[in-house]
Amino acid sequence: MAAATTMHLGGDQAARFESRAATRETPLVKWLILGTALSFFAVFLLMPLIAVFVEALRKGWETYATALVDPDALSALRLTLLAAAIALPLNLVFGVCAAWAIAKFEFRGKHFLITLIDLPFSVSPVIAGLIYVLVFGAQGWFGPWLSEHDIKIIFAVPGIVLATVFVTFPFIARELIPLMQAQGKEEEEAAIVLGANGLQTFWHVTLPNIKWGLLYGVILTNARAMGEFGAVSVVSGHIRGETNTLPLHVEILYNEYQFAAAFAVASLLALLALVTLGIKTWVEHRAAAAWRNSQDDAS
Amino acid sequence: MSAAKTFRVLPGFNLTLGYTLGYLSLIVLIPLAAVFLKTAELSFGEFWNVVTAPRVVASYKLSFGMSLLAAAINAVFGLMLAWALVRYSFPGKKLIDALVDLPFALPTAVAGISLTALYAKNGWLGQYLDVFGIKVAFTPLGVLVALVFIGLPFVVRTVQPILEDLDTELEEAATSLGAQRWQTFRHVILPILLPALMTGFALAFARAVGEYGSVIFIAGNIPMVSEITPLMIITKLEQYDYTGATAIATVMLILSFILLLVINGLQAWTAKRTGRDR
Repeated sequence: MAAATTMHLGGDQAARFESRAATRETPLVKWLILGTALSFFAVFLLMPLIAVFVEALRKGWETYATALVDPDALSALRLTLLAAAIALPLNLVFGVCAAWAIAKFEFRGKHFLITLIDLPFSVSPVIAGLIYVLVFGAQGWFGPWLSEHDIKIIFAVPGIVLATVFVTFPFIARELIPLMQAQGKEEEEAAIVLGANGLQTFWHVTLPNIKWGLLYGVILTNARAMGEFGAVSVVSGHIRGETNTLPLHVEILYNEYQFAAAFAVASLLALLALVTLGIKTWVEHRAAAAWRNSQDDAS
Repeated sequence: MSAAKTFRVLPGFNLTLGYTLGYLSLIVLIPLAAVFLKTAELSFGEFWNVVTAPRVVASYKLSFGMSLLAAAINAVFGLMLAWALVRYSFPGKKLIDALVDLPFALPTAVAGISLTALYAKNGWLGQYLDVFGIKVAFTPLGVLVALVFIGLPFVVRTVQPILEDLDTELEEAATSLGAQRWQTFRHVILPILLPALMTGFALAFARAVGEYGSVIFIAGNIPMVSEITPLMIITKLEQYDYTGATAIATVMLILSFILLLVINGLQAWTAKRTGRDR
């Protein structure tokens, strides 16, 4: 599942193809392809994005602002930030460990391990929620023990955090594994031979090499963590002001026919998505520049 | 074994691999195993009855049918979009290139309510479609629209790098040998793109089958007509029918595993065909 979510460093190639007769189409075909592609883009991607903001402001700024400062919205925002703030470092540590083990060492079953790390990408978010209900729910494996000790995981904050960790599990690992594999291990080995310890080597040699990939993974993880709906919906229990995240709050408002308020909260999440795409593009730009520099140094 | 250990210069192998396996087991593997163990409580007859109930079978037909159709639509238009982004210069190209990833970044619930607003009877698009008697929101067609939205970046982002890496010499050779532009595309470019295109198709399909958030708002969720399979799991859970929900989840999980294997195979094929690592 990784191909579509990994960093993409291609520069603009259009000139290369447009300058040669053999690699360009007749103007009619070109405009047909371009027109169809851009219309498709406009209808399926651009319009849904614009509609969010238009619907959000349909009843004016006052309704918009009221929806955002509503106590339930604010508590949903807090929970969304909390879930992301826990899921992010957990999956960051995991991603770095997994990439270090997989990229720097040879061992049997490596490909199988990579496939297992990919699993959460191919599991439906609904199932991601269901599995924790089966483990920690009232009828689950640990259900009786948990209720005896008065610990709530399902229909409470820990369940939401767990579901968020699951759906964002592979992002950072999948970004770092191919990157660190491509960089090899000579630099790290040189550092160790020169007397650096493991942590120093990681901090001063590996980290500068992988920082853009790491940042890219973090951004994607954060976007998914704050936006997850299906998995969180299963384990949340939808208790207002307690176990509602922002996406769940959108659903509740929408189902209560408070459309302007629902879209107002949704516009916050859409802004987050735009910021994510902005940073992502910037990171790709920086990573491409760093990569070109390293190629120049090598030659 | 010990010989290999002596020559390992870099530290931290046992620690990082151990942590990776432990964390993977705790978060992913053991909870996923719960699905199969819970399903094993059912006899095969009971399991079969749950997963072949008419309402559930109708949901498979809708989920799989619409996911296949959406992936096919994305394969065609995603290829065109990737082609336009790689080969043509036009104003706003950088912006459009960045926005292609919107379905990854936009929370699914937001996409769901926005698409519903667009395609509802009085919506920007719905009002014009209504003139022709086409209803999209709250019908299976609405499911299709949501799944097309969700799957588009998978095709564009798997095909785009392969297109960027294409050597112009190939097409020049084909042209100098007398091939028409279409023949060059059909017999030279498409065979190189095919593995990536199929990977993108499979990724879009896999994502569509499991998709929940963007679909439920626009689908209308009418039993036997516009209920997707993930919704059947939710419905069973809301009735506290945990074994029923788990049985359907088992069917979906097995399909996901098969798809994962297919996708890995396709990615290996792409790498082999194009000499790329990924």
